[in-house]
Amino acid sequence: MAKIESVEALKAFQQQQQQAHEQARQEKVVIYVGAGTCGLAAGAGETMEQIELELGKRNLTAEITTVGCIGMCVREPLVDVQLPNQPRITYGNVKPDMVARIIDEHIIGGKPVLEWVVGVVPQDW
Amino acid sequence: MESPVETQPNQVTIPSYTDLPFYRKQVRIALRNCGIINPERIEEYIARGGYLALAKAITEMTPDEVISIMKDSKLRGRGGAGFVTGIKWEFARRSMAKPKYVICNADEGDPGAFMDRSILEGDPHSVIEGMAIAAYAIGSEEGYIYCRAEYPLAIAHLKIAIQQAREFGFLGKNILGTDFSFDLYIKEGAGAFVCGEETALMASIEGRRGEPRPRPPFPAVSGLWNKPSNVNNVKSYAMAPQIILNGAEWFASIGTENSPGTAIFALTGKVNNTGLIEVPMGTTLREIIYDIGGGILGGKQFKAVQTGGPLGGCLPVEALDTPVDFDSLVQAGATMGSGGMIVVDEDTCMVEFAKYFLTFASAESCGKCVPCRIGGRRLLEVLTRISKGEGKPEDLDEIEYISRNMKEASLCALGQLTPGPVMASLRFFRSEYEAHIYDKKCPAKVCRGLITYKVIEENCTGCMVCKRNCPAGAISGEKRQVHYIDPNICERCGICIEVCKFDAIMVE
Repeated sequence: MAKIESVEALKAFQQQQQQAHEQARQEKVVIYVGAGTCGLAAGAGETMEQIELELGKRNLTAEITTVGCIGMCVREPLVDVQLPNQPRITYGNVKPDMVARIIDEHIIGGKPVLEWVVGVVPQDW
Repeated sequence: MESPVETQPNQVTIPSYTDLPFYRKQVRIALRNCGIINPERIEEYIARGGYLALAKAITEMTPDEVISIMKDSKLRGRGGAGFVTGIKWEFARRSMAKPKYVICNADEGDPGAFMDRSILEGDPHSVIEGMAIAAYAIGSEEGYIYCRAEYPLAIAHLKIAIQQAREFGFLGKNILGTDFSFDLYIKEGAGAFVCGEETALMASIEGRRGEPRPRPPFPAVSGLWNKPSNVNNVKSYAMAPQIILNGAEWFASIGTENSPGTAIFALTGKVNNTGLIEVPMGTTLREIIYDIGGGILGGKQFKAVQTGGPLGGCLPVEALDTPVDFDSLVQAGATMGSGGMIVVDEDTCMVEFAKYFLTFASAESCGKCVPCRIGGRRLLEVLTRISKGEGKPEDLDEIEYISRNMKEASLCALGQLTPGPVMASLRFFRSEYEAHIYDKKCPAKVCRGLITYKVIEENCTGCMVCKRNCPAGAISGEKRQVHYIDPNICERCGICIEVCKFDAIMVE
């Protein structure tokens, strides 16, 4: 990446990134894993490995991204699933053995696993 | 997004975060990106308006205008002392010596506190941007982040973020094509609590032993390598970009008149929803503990809440309606501190609780000044004596005498505030201290020297489970016969209570 050398260039880059983000939101399955120290201590590493494994088994592609602590440490590991053009839905205390069901019912079937859902991340956050 | 979101054609509704009790009363300024963006990607930070505040400051504003906005916002330092950040920046700006340094105090060491760590891990660029703005305001070209090595993930994310900021040209020479240059380095601390004190912190960066020195001179006049330096906490820097972008009036409109903005707490202990929260100043302890925290774990009774970490104080149930801000908490008998908030329930002995913090603070005394080094130790001896049941009636006066002297004569805040938890618990829970001393009883049934485990004869079936599990071999009794616990052998570990299926063991 070349240096950004003016405010105009920064603003243009920001817009470009916002558009890229919006496009990804509309086109991709994005899985967010809370991987701050609180998340990792609760087992986010194992959960993430399981997500990659289960996606691979089903030949699914999704963007897996790590995020920091959103505050609900007691519910870690937190995993958000965002289907194309759908809200970002958070699951709490996601252990590896819960991953397959979330993928089958939510990502493939389109129906969130309500009993494990914490809430929806507001789009304007 | 106030209303629940329709997620699927089958009309199932899932609540938005803003409708969850945990988030309903929160306002996220310093935490706005935490948990939302990938902290290892500067692109995501920029997409959410990152570095626009720095751009605004260095291209549209003079350093004095930046300082004036910070002063008008009345942001008070989030490290604990609550000094107005803008005034601090102004002092550093007025110092003529060069070079000047911008320093971020990320030596968060309070037990149970993780506010700064979470920001550094979850949104490191906000801290870098805030420091760059401060550097522009005071006229500095070099900064240090002092972060303890115990925070490996925070340091890893910071390193990535600094590298990316350099690549993008937000750090380095001629930032965004202007004359302003600034670069940033990480200093990993070895985890000494006293290095959170700013003069000790700077000594540690210089490679010397982390010991405080008297102030004045303040860092703004003579700080790192005897040059003018500005030291702020992680949270203060993380808030600065938002103040520059949204204006002083916006920030001052949140929170209370004398403590504007938000307070960030690591809510821990015996609450249902432990976590990291950001609320407007002036939110009451009750709202934090019951609405956000979801009340006390296991339906137990609230007993006290410790704010300000091991140098703060505890507040009792009567103080639950205290608004959380710098002045109200001090008035109530605790301190704001950096943002630790530990809730304890009826099962906690306040003598033991105070002793825990005192053990920590006295172990972390650097030893340079006598009141802190000796005072902390003597205080701990008195408390240990009381918790063992060997307390004397004059001990309470002794506590007050030592505490007063530590407060008045110690060199830095560590020594001055070490007696804080003891004094607060003595003030609000004096009867508990008296019960330990006069009645030789621990009302919360915690202090091992003052409790006895007994078999409730009517309930005991003689199943021998407790006898088999007792690691001390203190329990005797034959099968189907009532058992007996020998108080002289019993270690008061409580294992027998846990294993007994018939509620046949009690603590007196």
